[in-house]
Amino acid sequence: MSKPLDYENLNENVKKCQYAVRGELYLRASELQKEGKKIIFTNVGNPHALGQKPLTFPRQVIALCQAPFLLDDPNVGLVFPADTIARAKHYLSLTSGGLGAYSDSRGVPGVRKEIADFIERRDGYPSDPELIFLTDGASKGVMQILNSIIRGEQDGILVPVPQYPLYSATISLLGGSLVPYYLEETANWGLDIVNLRESVSQARSQGITVRAMVIINPGNPTGQCLSEANLKEVLQFCYQNNLVLLGDEVYQQNIYQDERPFISARKVLMDMGGPISKELQLVSFHTVSKGYWGECGQRGGYFEMTNIPPKTVEEIYKVASISLSPNVPGQIFLGLMVNPPKPGDISYERFVRESKGILESLRRRAQIMTDGFNSCRNVVCNFTEGAMYSFPQIRLPPKAIEAAKKAGKVPDVFYCLKLLEATGISTVPGSGFGQKEGVFHLRTTILPAEEDMPPIMTSFKKFNDEFMEQYEDYRGYSRM
Amino acid sequence: MRRFVAHNARNLITRRRNNLTTCVLQHCTFPLRFLTTTSPGYLSGHVASAGSASAPPITLDTINPKVLKCEYAVLGETFILAQRLQQELKENPGSHPFDELLYCNIGNPHSLGQQPITFFREVLALCDHPALLDRAETRGYFSADAVKRAFQILDQFPGRATGAYSHTQGIKGLRDTIASGIEARDGYPADPNDIFLTDGASPAVHIIMQLLIRSEKDGILCPIPQYPLYSGSITLHGGSLVPYYLDEDTGWGLEISELKNQLEIAKSKGITVRALVVINPGNPTGQVLAESNQQEIVEFCKNEGLVLLADEVYQENVYVPDKQFHSFKKVSQSMEYGEEDISLVSLQSVSKGYYGECGKRGGYMEVTGFSPEIREQIYKVASMDTCSNISGQILASLVMNPPKVDDESYESYSAEKDAILSSLARRARMLEDVFNSLEGVTCNRAEGAMYLFPRIELPKKATEAAKAVNTAPDAFYARCLLNATGIVVVPGCGFGQVPGQWHFRCTILPQEDKIPTIVSRLTEFHKAFMDEFRD
Repeated sequence: MSKPLDYENLNENVKKCQYAVRGELYLRASELQKEGKKIIFTNVGNPHALGQKPLTFPRQVIALCQAPFLLDDPNVGLVFPADTIARAKHYLSLTSGGLGAYSDSRGVPGVRKEIADFIERRDGYPSDPELIFLTDGASKGVMQILNSIIRGEQDGILVPVPQYPLYSATISLLGGSLVPYYLEETANWGLDIVNLRESVSQARSQGITVRAMVIINPGNPTGQCLSEANLKEVLQFCYQNNLVLLGDEVYQQNIYQDERPFISARKVLMDMGGPISKELQLVSFHTVSKGYWGECGQRGGYFEMTNIPPKTVEEIYKVASISLSPNVPGQIFLGLMVNPPKPGDISYERFVRESKGILESLRRRAQIMTDGFNSCRNVVCNFTEGAMYSFPQIRLPPKAIEAAKKAGKVPDVFYCLKLLEATGISTVPGSGFGQKEGVFHLRTTILPAEEDMPPIMTSFKKFNDEFMEQYEDYRGYSRM
Repeated sequence: MRRFVAHNARNLITRRRNNLTTCVLQHCTFPLRFLTTTSPGYLSGHVASAGSASAPPITLDTINPKVLKCEYAVLGETFILAQRLQQELKENPGSHPFDELLYCNIGNPHSLGQQPITFFREVLALCDHPALLDRAETRGYFSADAVKRAFQILDQFPGRATGAYSHTQGIKGLRDTIASGIEARDGYPADPNDIFLTDGASPAVHIIMQLLIRSEKDGILCPIPQYPLYSGSITLHGGSLVPYYLDEDTGWGLEISELKNQLEIAKSKGITVRALVVINPGNPTGQVLAESNQQEIVEFCKNEGLVLLADEVYQENVYVPDKQFHSFKKVSQSMEYGEEDISLVSLQSVSKGYYGECGKRGGYMEVTGFSPEIREQIYKVASMDTCSNISGQILASLVMNPPKVDDESYESYSAEKDAILSSLARRARMLEDVFNSLEGVTCNRAEGAMYLFPRIELPKKATEAAKAVNTAPDAFYARCLLNATGIVVVPGCGFGQVPGQWHFRCTILPQEDKIPTIVSRLTEFHKAFMDEFRD
């Protein structure tokens, strides 16, 4: 007898959606790992999995919050620094019964206030805690907001290509339409307004109502940091075309060059003043998973709404309430992230040492990796200006593309599988993020430990050279 | 302050007539705007015009209509009013005839003073900050078996990294522990690959609804009364709720004849029923199913080709000696039904039981009887969120594998557990007796879970007074109760009930020392209410 839930009667939208980050390559890598092969997981931005240590301060605070009986012990001050004890007491007092009680569905009010204060310090403009909702990771927030926007397949969402596939997968799952706008690889993955306009016109000519635009800044997988001018253009564009701007800013702490520091979409909007600053609808996302915190496993994230009407905010609150509340420890991590130790605090020096160490190392690793890729003759790699990834373009010879076809694989999947089998390096093929036709990439992270980087790059180069020898002939490479 | 009063007041499931869609509006307290759930812009294929001020992109007119339709009464109208009163009391003490609110609306034990289980918190603290394990002085703050368990758990994490994303289904070692726990509970084996750890049980429900519901022609059989996560998620995912009524007169009994009847009615309306939701122990009703009843349900799902979605989050909350929790997995395995026979999704959570760790968002679904293709799809959808929070995963493994008889912490753990469970049983009985003593109120016993769901016969004058202010009678009663006493309950319309009947859900969670206050205020209020509205 056929089963009540089978492939034929499965929701079509579920069938359609794809999420490459945990897809074919990852599954194959896991299989090989089980068989005993050493795998270097560079497929996902998961710093602690590659040896990055958690910051000490937040872990001390959260341990005290988990086990408040420690706070009652007269000797606790010998084991925990005084500022961690004070912080734990502070956060516990903000909850409605400790870590084990559901909080307000939008998150603990006191933490949301801390985030609002952080945003004000960062941008120079006040932020309303009532418009800040905490979520179990930023991804859940993205899904909630897209779910509010997408009514059917006539609703289109502008998404950069290449993009982090949470967007394409969610849009598919919700039955909407993805409207791609291509980032220009030769211009450092720059965003071109002409390109954007074309994408929108094309979508509209197909009867699609373009509802929102996603920007990922710093970019994933591409790493580019948007300039203030670019952000202004984007904001104007959204305003003129009646789009909500969704600003994925989860990598705002990961900046590896000085020409374009992070500037939030909200700051640029507020700086612009006038009607646009009061009308342009913006939702901004942040998380504890990235930056120099890398606390992916805590699932702590938030979104901040700007110029969203009160009744709409209530509807979003209503949907959040069905899931009751985000996890409380994750919320406390968010509070700690936006409100870290200050000069003069006992834990300050250690905190700064740990954070700086991580950020400076990330900067170095971004360079090592970019240079390593660029030293291969068939590889071109833009510098990782921010975020956590390297997205080199691999020029594949025609014979390789044919071999891939024969094996029933997309060319970059074919290449990445071979790379995995040969070296244990687990990447994500560029086709998972989107790319121009006939152009191939892979995404890797810059997260392996610094001392492991040179051997990894050597290993890659060796594999790549051998691959090219095997498949190269003199008819030329895949088009750039 | 949220104002989705209108949406809450819309009772989606009070009509016994076999309205399977959820567009019915009743007792609306907001004007016309909410009488339609589709936006004109969507229907006419509206294309945005250049320039902006006139129609910003997300407003109530352009928001996903399913968002507008869905509701969640537990944090609805009465709760919103309570929040307002709380604020007023804070700013102006003495402004109300009570000096504190007594929240009986939500199953959130720690918010009402219930203490966490010490052993669990010890292990969690050590896993959150493993440096504590490195030195004897710091280890000394924790029981030896908590230290041992923390070491064991950390060894199951690649690189002992508790801050990293895990496998989408959760850390393998923790799933092994949970599978062992399930086996110990049921006497039948469990496969760790069948387990998907989630941020509480709720996200698991969303995943399953997403897979099952293709359009509003797909129906999900839900008990009436039900926990409104089900009605809410069905609406959100665009499906239809197919109600089956529990029988209040037989202790909220679940009759197969009723299931069959509702199934037929749905079919005749062109609805394809995909799944049956059973909440056992029940919420809000608290009944614990008899094993024979469960066997009938399994048989029914098998024969009708329905997925059985077994919400078992209250499995550790059973208060009566004549009932016992049996998992649906155990029941179906005892009937010698396996992977080929029944598609079953079993839910568990760390939020309830005697641990009550709501804020941790820990839980899992155990998925059996599905094809490999579907399991891939479940994995795929789950992977979009990468993984559930690690601390919650660890806690789920502790809940399913608590201290054993010879462990150092066993005595204190047992004492804590027994104290909480016996107190819950006492409070359930106390409040049940109180409700039954009130004029016009009858209340079935709470065999399990955390709630009482008394039925109240409201005099005609009361229902008319409710109508006059555009409110459902039970919502009216709940509002009056709140304004007079500070006691916060959830009106029955939020859970569904037989039309013309009124109930409210009250938790058994306020601490024992608060119960006398609740009892006296409630009794006093009810007498005054009946005096005012008696026919």
